[in-house]
Amino acid sequence: MKCDKCAKKATVHLTEIVEGKVMEMHMCEDCAREQSHQMEQQFGLADLLAGLTDFGKQIPEAQKDVLKCPTCGLTYEEFRKFGRFGCAECYVAFKSQLKPLLKKIHGSTAHLGKKPVNVVETSMPAAAVPVSAGIQPPKAAPVPLTQLNAIDALRERLQDAISREDFEQAAELRDKIREMEEKG
Amino acid sequence: MELNDLIHHTGEWLRGTGPQANIILSSRIRLARNLTVAPFTSRASKKDLDAILAVVDSAIKDIPLLKDATFFRLNELDNIDRQFLVERHLMSHDHASNPQGKGLVVSQEEALSIMVNEEDHLRLQVMQSGFNLAETWNAMNTIDNALSEKLPYAFLPEYGFLTACPTNVGTAMRGSVMLHLPALVMTRQINKVLMAISKLSFASRGFYGEGTQAIGNFYQISNQVSLGHSELDIIQNINGLIRQIIEQEEQARQALLVQNKPMLEDKICRAWGILKNARIISSQETIELLSMVRLGVDVGLVTDLDPKALNELFIMIQPAHLQKIEVKKLSTFERDTKRAQVIREKLNGRAV
Ligand SMILES: [Zn+2]
Ligand SMILES: [Zn+2]
Repeated sequence: MKCDKCAKKATVHLTEIVEGKVMEMHMCEDCAREQSHQMEQQFGLADLLAGLTDFGKQIPEAQKDVLKCPTCGLTYEEFRKFGRFGCAECYVAFKSQLKPLLKKIHGSTAHLGKKPVNVVETSMPAAAVPVSAGIQPPKAAPVPLTQLNAIDALRERLQDAISREDFEQAAELRDKIREMEEKG
Repeated sequence: MELNDLIHHTGEWLRGTGPQANIILSSRIRLARNLTVAPFTSRASKKDLDAILAVVDSAIKDIPLLKDATFFRLNELDNIDRQFLVERHLMSHDHASNPQGKGLVVSQEEALSIMVNEEDHLRLQVMQSGFNLAETWNAMNTIDNALSEKLPYAFLPEYGFLTACPTNVGTAMRGSVMLHLPALVMTRQINKVLMAISKLSFASRGFYGEGTQAIGNFYQISNQVSLGHSELDIIQNINGLIRQIIEQEEQARQALLVQNKPMLEDKICRAWGILKNARIISSQETIELLSMVRLGVDVGLVTDLDPKALNELFIMIQPAHLQKIEVKKLSTFERDTKRAQVIREKLNGRAV
């Protein structure tokens, strides 16, 4: 049997399930290794990217460039492209975008597992204190989740309204946000 | 411990004992952890990466449980050494292929390994022999707690442990079990089983690397979802699924023994004969034959073989291992010859 990708002899036989269909692949060792690298990189991303693409449509164009993590500088647009956050603070910066995404990936948005041993009950990332003189703390102070500013709260309600398809309320909220941003 | 001390034995997780060790090779728990003090690895500067290596190194030395662990800086190892650690399931291909600023912690018995500065600052892994996820989790939890006293983990009560990829956030845990399912493969039921697994949002892959190769009839099954369930809930869900698969594999083995005994015996005995006598053998052929011999041990057809010796062969016959044993670079042909020799010595219990 020949490799599906080149003319060499196929020695690796894979069974993969794509959208409920069984796919069989036959490859030589070189092509299989290549394939395995690709899969490693894509692991878990298929669902995620589907979620992100849907979600991208809901963000107004103007907001796309603005939405940015103040600590590491990653924009939401970059996150959408690469599927990876830049730092812990990104979770705070992209909070209102994150909920529907996490829901899509995990079917849930609330952590029910363990906590670090010395974590204090707070909505701040645990101990933003350098453990050695060699490491600098994040450049900007982390924003506590509880103190997200009023605009963020409105944006969150806007996302909510959109996902419920309550466009009347969404329009109202959008105007309110615009008004506050202009004043801001 | 030096890297070269690892060559002549394999990790504890391959000892071939523990619950359901006939079908379940090993149980593994992985955790992703990040520190609040630097950006995630992909956006970290060289200085950040070095600082993280240093903090983790000193934290490890400070934890009595880990005082015998060895800390490797990957840029100080050559290609074959890095590949060797990948072949032992101690780190990923990705981690090995870009060694700058990366580290690996390996415990004495290889039960624990920690990739430092992979996609997340820390990727912890605990492996045990047999079907033992809950106990594996306990061991992991103890180590994780000890580390969290020394290192400032990135954590939000709402989202749990923060990871570079949102698919891992929450518990940031993957529990997985490596199953040997030759009878489900031979009776052509395996695709049905794999399909059910993917519908239940569990993932399956092969034994070598993180691709989906299912060579040697090995399948690794793990949870996909990491947020919205406790660690123990996730483990119980995996356990429930694994128990069903074990049952199906056992039924398929019975069916083969009842309906197709001569065919099964022939396959197993031929595999045994080839492995004990071959002079040149590829890794692919070796793995397929080892799988048959493993089944032979389980059904009582191959009696004079230590399961540990058999499990070790799955690791030892890989390219970097052969080259470490021979202490030089080997061509493909030289490897195929060396491989056959290593197998003969192991299975015949002496040089042949
Ligand atoms: Zn090929
Ligand atoms: Zn960030």
